[in-house]
Amino acid sequence: MKYAFFPGCSLESTAWDFDLSTRAVFRALDIELQDIPGWVCCGSTAAHSSNASLSVALPVFNLQKAQAMGLPVMTACASCYGRLRTANHKVLHTPADRAEAERVTGHPYDGSVAVHHVLDVLVNQVGLDYIQAKISRAFSGLKVASYYGCLLTRPPEIAAFDNPEHPMTMDNLVAATGAQPVDWPYKTECCGAGLSMTHTEVVCRLGHRLLSMAREAGAECVVVACPMCQVNLDMRQADATKAHGVLPATPVMYITQLLGLALGLSRKELGLEALTVSADALLDSAAVKEKA
Amino acid sequence: MADTMQWNDTGFLEEVQQRSGTPVSACLQCHKCSTGCPVGQEMDYLPSQVMRLVHLGAESEALNSRAIWLCASCAACSTRCPMEIDVAGVMDTLRIMAIDRQVALPDAHGQQFNSSFLRSVRWHGRVFEMGMLAEYKLRSGDLFADMDKVPQMLTKGKLALLPSDGGDASGARVIFKRAEEEEKSSS
Repeated sequence: MKYAFFPGCSLESTAWDFDLSTRAVFRALDIELQDIPGWVCCGSTAAHSSNASLSVALPVFNLQKAQAMGLPVMTACASCYGRLRTANHKVLHTPADRAEAERVTGHPYDGSVAVHHVLDVLVNQVGLDYIQAKISRAFSGLKVASYYGCLLTRPPEIAAFDNPEHPMTMDNLVAATGAQPVDWPYKTECCGAGLSMTHTEVVCRLGHRLLSMAREAGAECVVVACPMCQVNLDMRQADATKAHGVLPATPVMYITQLLGLALGLSRKELGLEALTVSADALLDSAAVKEKA
Repeated sequence: MADTMQWNDTGFLEEVQQRSGTPVSACLQCHKCSTGCPVGQEMDYLPSQVMRLVHLGAESEALNSRAIWLCASCAACSTRCPMEIDVAGVMDTLRIMAIDRQVALPDAHGQQFNSSFLRSVRWHGRVFEMGMLAEYKLRSGDLFADMDKVPQMLTKGKLALLPSDGGDASGARVIFKRAEEEEKSSS
């Protein structure tokens, strides 16, 4: 099994620990990731809010590079995932959009390069049985809220690997690590995503709602699979509790960090020191069953 | 907001439908989009009201609204619409039209952020956050917001001091240039 990896810009900066932990987990699972050479930004919300042509052409430019590698694409960022899949959808269903993307990139593209998110690859392609067999340090009793946010499951004709209103892939991965996924109602509510810089007060309100509900459901920490969800819940957590009321400090880890720990990788190998709200005390106290 | 809405004919509705590729006229005002919208309480017009403005041809109200810039593009609305209207896609179209028509935005932060972001991608092929944030701060005048985060982000390696040199920057620049020409010819 081999994938063309599209890390996305966040994984080179605020989410370097998502990059490190994703690569470490895939190494531990013996799955090869080859970076797409010369990949460029997908354009994200800035492009689809400014120029429709650009918002399709930037992802297509990357998909053309992946097509030359002859591999399916895997990306870690939920926004990149949405933009790459949306571009494929437009190229496949709207001939005018395909023609325009081909004019802008200067190369043909038929929309056929498969695009997967890390979660989709782990659960639907690698499989929980394969992962479970590699778990060497299973958690026992750690209560975890899986937070999917918006773009991993929406809209369903674009993000097609899980249920848009009640996704379970991340919960199932949490269960594979031995930890206990909590049932909670806000797993697909939006964190405010790209409003983080422009309307910080909105992001703090939404983050506080999410963290309060996760705590009310009994979670001791939150796992995410999107760089924006992580920043908005972790780096803005102190601002959120200052504005909207005290909550116990809640670590927000990437799913690949939690999974990596269960695969026997060290905190250092997974970049856990990057978290603003440290997970160290929680992980020190968490019960773990060593497997031979 | 004007006291009396100046409605035009169906030209605005037709243009929004054509540019967004989604049937706004099918909206039956069930308000499902509005009840699920995470930022509804901050908006001046709820998403279903924005759809209604488009029906009415209330171009100025729609393009001058704060709502279109508060939309976080989470697509809860598009996912739940019983008439299969891509409400989030309509918000994109309205933002693009507001910029095209050089509307005096009631809240320019979103547009300032987007253009700082895209200039960074155009120049480097990938986002260089330090440069992008500096430009955004200068444009928006929000010089001090989040400055308390910078030392910690630097210590934790979350803000690169130099732009990434791995991206195909010259390829990206050609794409930006051609995409702008395409937008000009279509608007």
